Amino acid sequence: MRVPDKGVIDRSKPIAFTFDGRSYLGLAGDTLASALLANGVRLVGRSFKYHRPRGVLTAGSEEPNALVEVLDAPAGPGGQQTPNTRATVQEVYDGLTARSQNRWPSLRWDLMSVNDLAAPFLGAGFYYKTFMWPRAFWERIYEPLIRRAAGLGRLVPRHDDGVYEKAFAFCDLLVVGSGPAGLMAALTAARAGRDVILAEESHALGGRLLADDGLIDGQPAVNWVNATLEELDRRGVRMMARTTVVGAYDQGTFGALERVGLHVAAKADLPRECFWRIVAGQAVMATGALERPIAFANNDRPGVMLAGAVQTYLNRYGVVPGARATLYANNDGARVVARQLMAAGVKVAAILDSRPDASAIEDCPVYLGAAVTDTRGRRGLTGISGSHAGGSFQIETDLLMVSGGWNPLLNLACHQNGRPAWREDIAAFVPKPGMVPGLVAAGSANGAFSTAACLAEGQAVVATLYGLQPGALPGAEDAPYRLQPLWAVPGQGRAWLDFANDVTVKDVKQSAQEGFASVEHMKRYTTQGMAPDQGKNSNLGALAVLADATGRGIPEVGTTTFRPPFVPVSIAALGAGGRGAGFAPQRFLTSDQASRDRGAPMIEAGLWYRPSYFPKPGESTWREACDREVTMVRTRVGVADVSTLGKIDLQGRDVGRFLDLVYTGTFSTLAVGRVRYGLMLREDGFVMDDGTTARLGENHYLMTTTTAAAGQVMRHLDFVQQAYCPDHDLRLISVTETWAQFTVAGPKARQLLNSLLDQPLGDFPFMSCGEVSVDGVKARLYRISFSGEEGYEIAVPAAYGESLFRDLVARAETLGGGPYGMEALNVLRIEKGLITHAEIHGRTTAFDIGAERMIGKKDCIGKVMSQRPGMIGPAREQLVGLRAEQPFGAGAHLFNPGERVHREQDQGYVTSVGWSPTLGCWLGLAFLKDGRARHGSQVRLVDHMRKTDVLCTVCDPVFHDREGVALRA
Amino acid sequence: MPNLIAKTALGGIAPVTHAATVLAEADLGQISAIACYRGQGAMVAKVLGGFPAPNTHGDGLVWTGPDQAFLIGRPAPDLTGLAAVTDQSGGWAALRLTGPMAAEALMRLVPLDLRRFGPGQAARAPLGHMQMVLMGQADGFVILVFRSMARTAWHEIEAALKMLAARRAL
Repeated sequence: MRVPDKGVIDRSKPIAFTFDGRSYLGLAGDTLASALLANGVRLVGRSFKYHRPRGVLTAGSEEPNALVEVLDAPAGPGGQQTPNTRATVQEVYDGLTARSQNRWPSLRWDLMSVNDLAAPFLGAGFYYKTFMWPRAFWERIYEPLIRRAAGLGRLVPRHDDGVYEKAFAFCDLLVVGSGPAGLMAALTAARAGRDVILAEESHALGGRLLADDGLIDGQPAVNWVNATLEELDRRGVRMMARTTVVGAYDQGTFGALERVGLHVAAKADLPRECFWRIVAGQAVMATGALERPIAFANNDRPGVMLAGAVQTYLNRYGVVPGARATLYANNDGARVVARQLMAAGVKVAAILDSRPDASAIEDCPVYLGAAVTDTRGRRGLTGISGSHAGGSFQIETDLLMVSGGWNPLLNLACHQNGRPAWREDIAAFVPKPGMVPGLVAAGSANGAFSTAACLAEGQAVVATLYGLQPGALPGAEDAPYRLQPLWAVPGQGRAWLDFANDVTVKDVKQSAQEGFASVEHMKRYTTQGMAPDQGKNSNLGALAVLADATGRGIPEVGTTTFRPPFVPVSIAALGAGGRGAGFAPQRFLTSDQASRDRGAPMIEAGLWYRPSYFPKPGESTWREACDREVTMVRTRVGVADVSTLGKIDLQGRDVGRFLDLVYTGTFSTLAVGRVRYGLMLREDGFVMDDGTTARLGENHYLMTTTTAAAGQVMRHLDFVQQAYCPDHDLRLISVTETWAQFTVAGPKARQLLNSLLDQPLGDFPFMSCGEVSVDGVKARLYRISFSGEEGYEIAVPAAYGESLFRDLVARAETLGGGPYGMEALNVLRIEKGLITHAEIHGRTTAFDIGAERMIGKKDCIGKVMSQRPGMIGPAREQLVGLRAEQPFGAGAHLFNPGERVHREQDQGYVTSVGWSPTLGCWLGLAFLKDGRARHGSQVRLVDHMRKTDVLCTVCDPVFHDREGVALRA
Repeated sequence: MPNLIAKTALGGIAPVTHAATVLAEADLGQISAIACYRGQGAMVAKVLGGFPAPNTHGDGLVWTGPDQAFLIGRPAPDLTGLAAVTDQSGGWAALRLTGPMAAEALMRLVPLDLRRFGPGQAARAPLGHMQMVLMGQADGFVILVFRSMARTAWHEIEAALKMLAARRAL
């Protein structure tokens, strides 16, 4: 229920939302949790394993129980259903629709709660012991069964098409957390002129100052917060609300998740979340502390809450989650919550203090040396049983506030594998200096638990960082925090440690008994700390119980590893912008639109989009178009865009020398105006790439690479030049994008070219190159062929690419030809036995492809390694051609006819296949053991995937025009 | 004889405005890569009237790598024996991003602190997964990306602008 005159909510702005189909009203500034508690809703979820009724435990992102699904209107942008949303973080907005999860058929009547009755059988390690046999059952039967019964929210089985964002930010100082320490740190740095980012997880800045209802300089702390925020804003501090710093990475980089649009109904273009990468010169970890529960029997009922959370709901949201409260604590600090409740007019039934020597002076009954031994209430707390030196007692209460002390929130400091130090006086781990370089802890995160100490540390750490004189500090509460450690109350009944994963004290003890006594083993055996809250509420309690069970001290047991992210981060935020086509840049040819205009389907070649074939009216399959295009090139003329091939411009006196090193062949002797085929090896002697290189001038070469290896070759050349040839005088640069290049191939290629060149082509033999002009535009012409026909490649500056392509195609059509796509290009080169990266796929040598004679007498990169034993000889799978009357496919494996089809009898594999309209049969390129000696023999081709089993004839890989008559025509 | 029509990478796409920030295609004219031969840097600078220091641009020259610059908007002088001159015109798409959200939008995609990336500053940096030459201007940025990737660059920058506009409308 709501109490008057409390909280930083806007009482003039009611907000309508629904939870499990029922409508409620909240107020602007509410979280879903505070709004539900204001409406008297205590039961908000069912537990993970036993389906126990659960209520809100905390007021922050560490919440283990109040996980809900948030649903967008299905018609709205995104139409999201977000599972495992923490009701303590989710702000209410008009139209918010939330649903409880992990229950069936409803939250009040959950049939799966039968698990709770079976609890004696479902303890730690239950899965491992029960579902071991039969082995084959695990994947098909047990796992789906367990997954259905245990679980959290549901995923919608479709793409998340919501809007997400990623961004970079830079600052001198990143302050994580905006409580007293964080605000003071940011203020001190901002006053010193530093560039500051202040990140706060909540939607409002101020941290505990908004929840404590304390005084600063004699005024309500909220006044000081507001004045400070105003000054920070004036000084240009970037204040990032709703932003959780989730990880500390190398060199001052921090990951942070901003909830940009999750507090309003979905809007077009409004990101739901933004994943920030913040690069900070220094960082202050002012993340505060988390209160820890105490384990006692049935401590998980709705109505059992952390004392600090109740204080937050009271002072920040004006909400009291019960009518008759009880406090159970082991420290002085928690007493203030009971006092504030009483001041707000709420009945406090009793205070149970575990310390026998604590003060008994309060305005309500105080039991010293007391413990809660059990609780009552099926769907919400109705009463507790307690005991103290005087015996046992019963208390009627609907709100039990628990405080077992506070744990500094030091996760970030541990993200680079540093281990924290144990501080006996506060019975907690604290960060050690230097665990993450450039990150210092301040305030409660550092174990300072009074407001005055937090303010002082916030100022001091920044003053130390920048060598400043500490200034005056605002006056604030500085009460000592007296605590006597208390982790678990002994007794009957299940006492929960990890609410999120349903792990009890008994589970941890059993783990120790069964030999899983290391903290990391215990964690995995019991699943403690492995739920969405990552053990924020239970880690210390669990290892205290483990320490007790194994007779060790807590520091000796140690902590489990803290790993990023600090809170769950949606994959969609990490991958923002990368869904579908956003995964990688798309590269489009200058002829792209011209090809699409002709109805050409595009296929992806790396990042490029290339036309697959150019359908004509009446053609119903790609094969018809492909066959036509092949015949067109063989008999008339075809045009294809080959701009995707890598083009590298090399200039300088030493280019020839350099090329001799990187290529197997000799290029220093190449005549100007001539082109030569080159083969490039990796350092390990395998083939890296092939292509042609033209000598454009005395000191000027142009290398082409395959499309697939363009980037790899460029990198390789850069490396070789810088690492091996720093004394060479040469410069190289990619011109792939500069030139649009088109193949003109076929018997009428020259006729076509002559119709458009400014000067008709004179003597221009095979493997020539030279400068030509088209409409006064300087172009480059190379006489090379990837089809076996008389072929030319004409290159013009990219700006003219589309225009030239459309013109070439129109002229080709007049001559009975036309454009051809990748399918025809592939068939043409298979007919001619020319290789692509289907053949030089990284595991083949020059010997394998029949090019070992291309490795000349001179030295070149990869030469020595290519001559190692095993790189040459009959045991190698060698490039051969295959012919068959029946269809077969690439990827098939080869066997000797009559032999068993088994991997040990494998003779090789097929790399490229196509129907040859020229030869009227199926052709393939394959690698076959000792293949060159087996021309003319039969081989059996088996493809289990495509269910083919075909006898093929082995032959020379060059099927068409082996003498190269057409080529040189 | 044909008449060849020259086109920019995005074919003169219309500028878009989001959050008062304008994304437009630019035509920078001729671009030549000037790569100095060993020991010729000083001579090249003499002929060109200067040579940009790393991460700077000015007078139609932008630094693009060690001993390498792009000469933009004018024909390259004769540098035979001094530098490798390679035409790069048309190989790059030029985008101009101007307005109040220009830096913030680019910092969605570029891992650099661009808040104070003023006129005369230049960088080779990734734009998302793309290569980029970035030049700071008084009112924003000039961005060079591979011609073939121009559509992706345009799309990603516009998407960043739209999200910023939606944030501002909150």
